[in-house]
Amino acid sequence: MSGSERAAALPQWTRAAATWRDALLVTWAVARRDRFALAGLIIYAVLLAVALAAPALAPYNPLDLNYRPDGDVAANEAPSLSHWLGTTNLGRDVFSQVLFGTRVALVVGFVAAFGVVVLGTLVGLVAGYYSGWVDTILMRLADVAFGIPFLPMAIVLVAFLGPSIWNTVLVMTLLLWRDTGRVIRAQVLSLRTRSYVEAARVLGASHVRTMFVHIAPNVLPLSFLYGSLAVGWAILTEASISFLGFGDPNVISWGFMLQDAYNSQAMARHAFYWFVPPGLCIMLAVMAGFFIGRGYEELLFPRLRRR
Amino acid sequence: MSQLLEVTDLRKEYPLQSGMLSAVMGARRVVHAVNGVSFALEEGGSLGLAGESGCGKTTTAKLILRLLRPSGGSIRFAGRDVAGLEGLDLLAYRRQVQFVFQNPYEALNPRFTILRSLLEPLIIHDIGRSLTERVERVAMALDRVHLTPVETFFPKYPHQLSGGQLQRVVIARALLVDPLLLVADEPVSMLDVSIRAGVLNLMRDLSRERKLTTIYISHDLALIRYMCSVAAVMYLGTICEIGPTAEVIEHPRHPYTQALVSAVPDPDPAQPRRPVEIADTVPTPFQLPVGCPFADRCPQVMEVCRRVRPALLPEAAGVHVACHLYPAGTREAH
Repeated sequence: MSGSERAAALPQWTRAAATWRDALLVTWAVARRDRFALAGLIIYAVLLAVALAAPALAPYNPLDLNYRPDGDVAANEAPSLSHWLGTTNLGRDVFSQVLFGTRVALVVGFVAAFGVVVLGTLVGLVAGYYSGWVDTILMRLADVAFGIPFLPMAIVLVAFLGPSIWNTVLVMTLLLWRDTGRVIRAQVLSLRTRSYVEAARVLGASHVRTMFVHIAPNVLPLSFLYGSLAVGWAILTEASISFLGFGDPNVISWGFMLQDAYNSQAMARHAFYWFVPPGLCIMLAVMAGFFIGRGYEELLFPRLRRR
Repeated sequence: MSQLLEVTDLRKEYPLQSGMLSAVMGARRVVHAVNGVSFALEEGGSLGLAGESGCGKTTTAKLILRLLRPSGGSIRFAGRDVAGLEGLDLLAYRRQVQFVFQNPYEALNPRFTILRSLLEPLIIHDIGRSLTERVERVAMALDRVHLTPVETFFPKYPHQLSGGQLQRVVIARALLVDPLLLVADEPVSMLDVSIRAGVLNLMRDLSRERKLTTIYISHDLALIRYMCSVAAVMYLGTICEIGPTAEVIEHPRHPYTQALVSAVPDPDPAQPRRPVEIADTVPTPFQLPVGCPFADRCPQVMEVCRRVRPALLPEAAGVHVACHLYPAGTREAH
């Protein structure tokens, strides 16, 4: 084979060399072996499709007041053909609200999980690789983060920074990186003594290159595991914050719907059509995250698979 | 001839986690992993470091490779002190000194293809102008270690290769940067006996062809005899005997070397064996004896051995030995 022929065949090898994509392939491998993980992926796929198509699918604007033919506000209506899940006490369409709530849940869940994975992995890599005083400082910071009561602190910070979903995401990232950071650090501590990491040093790789090119791909599946768990946590926390009334009042989220229903005595009126759907959706989304996490765990720690 | 590598009184100590009491008493306990090793290696030479587990062979190698920093003594490579190298000087040094690992199953990144692993040194040292040229160099390197057809190995992951193939890849990677010194730590101990000779012959041919200076670390005297012109026997962090390989192995002077040589299995089972027995186990390296480190196990121990540490002094036929049994060695160390 001549040099030019070899160069022509290159893309195939560079594709194989794209180790960062391995993590996604692992996700697929997980889904194929584990039914729960597959169910989790399907739930996310459906939620994602709904979120993207919400404006097209929703029969009404979720914030609009709806009127009866006689001109009255269509408040507290039971499910009907025109309002599949009925209306709220202000005459807003519940079904449309559930559809739009998907968007908030997914944005909050995935952006917060992304933040948690990036921050946690960075801290874990740096702490585990350098060890010594760098490790001490970062891990004492993690201890502090562990000591903070999560939900109260999140509520206080969101109230302080102003109620918006971006602040909610930011606060969750700042509070949830600790688990990922700890676990990644432990993994890096074990990886850095492997011969291939020493080999990278002998070859002349810098510290940064050793950390990010040689070690990071090997901890990425673990980061993904913690990311998938963080999705569930973030959605749950956003719902809690909104339910307690500290969310953004202009954004329809599932937690906001629950708060709305609670404040207008929907429970007393047995308006199940109003508060059960958002509750179910929260449960499904959180469960899906944990299902995927479970599948990852079994792949990463095969000894758990004793059945 | 010029000395490429000069190691003088090299030391590496590890502090021990001490308990409350010793912390209060101010006692600092240390493990002496390497305790005053000196040798010189001329360009193109090959040195074999022999000794049992825990005698400091691997630590010595890691010190030379600057994976560890010495606690004392010096390592000079081509006249420059290795311990002080930083930045670009260190990078240049890394290009000149390469390592072959004991465990080939761990020496390659499991998430890299063979091609990716072999491109790494070229990327780090910016060798080759284009990706095409680098791939061409990798192909030549694989060809050199007889992994052909090279294209079939490019997309493979380490777990898809055998131990012998992996070790060849590791050798190819080490040679990609054209080093002057190659250090091999038990290069074949993890491999099947049937393929050891192949890998060793390959290493010997390649280092002769490229006039490489080599250091082989092994507990296996047969390997050292086969591969090296100079042999050094280490015991508890020090060299107890060093000299031309044939001389050291055929006429071992130090009682420890004699025991090692007699322990080498003879391929002829009919041959009667008369092993030199040595007693007990190795003293722990944080309670080093005052005198000769081997005194407690030595079959020919004398009164002086427990008081005075023997220095490594010339004996005969180019051999240096650290033992009071030899007249030159009875002088005091310091």
